[in-house]
Amino acid sequence: MLRVEGLSKHFGGFTAVDNVDFSVEKGEILGLIGPNGSGKSTIFNMLSGTLKPNAGSIRLAGKEIAGAPPHRICVLGVGRTFQIPRPIRRLSILENAALAGYYGQAGAVTREDAWRSGSEALKLVGLPTNAGVSVNTLGAAGLKKLELAKALATKPSLLLADESLGGLDHAEMDQAAEMLKNIREELGVTIIWVEHIMGVLMRVVDRVMVLDHGEKIAEGRPQEVATDPKVIEVYLGTDAEEIAATASRT
Amino acid sequence: MAEFTEALFSVFFVETLINGLLLGGVLALLSLGLNLIFGVIDVVWICYAEIIMLGMYTIFYLHVDGGLPLIVAAAGGVGVTAVLGWLTHRLVIGYLLQAPPINQLLATGGLLFFFQGLAMVAFGIEFRNLGVSLGSLALSEDIYLSWTRLLSFAIAGVVVVVLYLFLARSYLGAAIRAISQDREIMVLMGVNTKKLYLLTSAIGGGLAGLAAALLVLQYDVHPFIGLSFGPITFMVCVMGGLGNMVGGFLAAFIFSELITIGGYFAELEWGYVLAFGFFIAAMFVRPEGLFARKS
Repeated sequence: MLRVEGLSKHFGGFTAVDNVDFSVEKGEILGLIGPNGSGKSTIFNMLSGTLKPNAGSIRLAGKEIAGAPPHRICVLGVGRTFQIPRPIRRLSILENAALAGYYGQAGAVTREDAWRSGSEALKLVGLPTNAGVSVNTLGAAGLKKLELAKALATKPSLLLADESLGGLDHAEMDQAAEMLKNIREELGVTIIWVEHIMGVLMRVVDRVMVLDHGEKIAEGRPQEVATDPKVIEVYLGTDAEEIAATASRT
Repeated sequence: MAEFTEALFSVFFVETLINGLLLGGVLALLSLGLNLIFGVIDVVWICYAEIIMLGMYTIFYLHVDGGLPLIVAAAGGVGVTAVLGWLTHRLVIGYLLQAPPINQLLATGGLLFFFQGLAMVAFGIEFRNLGVSLGSLALSEDIYLSWTRLLSFAIAGVVVVVLYLFLARSYLGAAIRAISQDREIMVLMGVNTKKLYLLTSAIGGGLAGLAAALLVLQYDVHPFIGLSFGPITFMVCVMGGLGNMVGGFLAAFIFSELITIGGYFAELEWGYVLAFGFFIAAMFVRPEGLFARKS
């Protein structure tokens, strides 16, 4: 489904992502974790086209997309959410989603179809679908849901979820994790999920990839990764114990 | 005092108020395009009035030398200015989107002199008159209203409504509104921002052509004509809150009423002094514009 080879990105003399290879199978949920500044967001930005890689290839269903403009990558089926929600506040909730539905499908759908994509996406994440509800009525959790709905309305085959559940409480985190699982099951969407804390993520994903200083240091099933000494070294202290505890519970 | 009261209730004062309203229509039309471009692309086109000037020349030559009917010449003018708007973004602004705002201002300021010089070389410095007058409408024995201004007012009104419906109802319009808030996020929703910017620039240019069609009926064309309404247009936009189209529309009428009322009680020049004095005072009180949106 997605095959990434030799992906690198430098900012001046700083190497943000260094020769990273990975792949994602259709219908899989891949967790992408690592401490702050480890290159997760840079990888996301290259996958979605916001940044052009310095080297490497990104193949989506066999098609090379490395360096393509972001609007084209979106139309080809890559949806993305942001860690900090970025709704268009001048538009209503439904307009936000419908706009994504319209342009995410290259404007090749009718007005009504785009509306429908938008409201179906809203329903899936549990937001009101009636017209005219203002974005300003949403709280932190609601805005994250809207991010997800906007990405889903573009009808992606691959969803890049920059979830970073930091701002949410435990119940909301569980709910968000459930939602990603649901999306995979109901829509068959492949998901890459970025997080910097491991907790909930480890219970949901099929595989995890760990980044540190732009390099891939581990990859595998959650239990294996959580007990990997290199990973524990990166997540020193309480976090590592917590990871091991979470992983053994599942 | 009695003199003043008398002046206030005379029919001529009514005529003045109406004329101010009608002048406001032209100013509103002038500010619409500039505001649209600023609102979406976040760049002030200092050369906007010069694009209008080139539109006036286009209409003049198509009508007088080309012998085309005025309405066809006007359509030609709109077409030419739309292309000029498109080119301005394609060849200049497009490369400066990430540049500091001062560089963008300098570039469009340079375009101002480029267009002026070009017009001087190509058309000479003579004043050219279209030689068409639409005459005036006699409301009563004393009150005459210029048809040109009535037409400008009507067209400005229609354009505002059409533009509003376009921005409010169509996906393209919604995308334009959205992009003015967040440039980066829209591409991730599949929007080709480059295309949208070019389209906005072309619409803004076309609005300049429409304004040109109305101005060429009232004023002689010469290479420096842009300087006589460029600053006013800019100030109307700033007073309404740059990028706020409704605000600019209202500010146009405040400005035009001040000009005509000032001109009624003293000479016309005093009208401008009053209007610009009000502008300076307004900038002290509300530097973000009288109708700036709270963000």
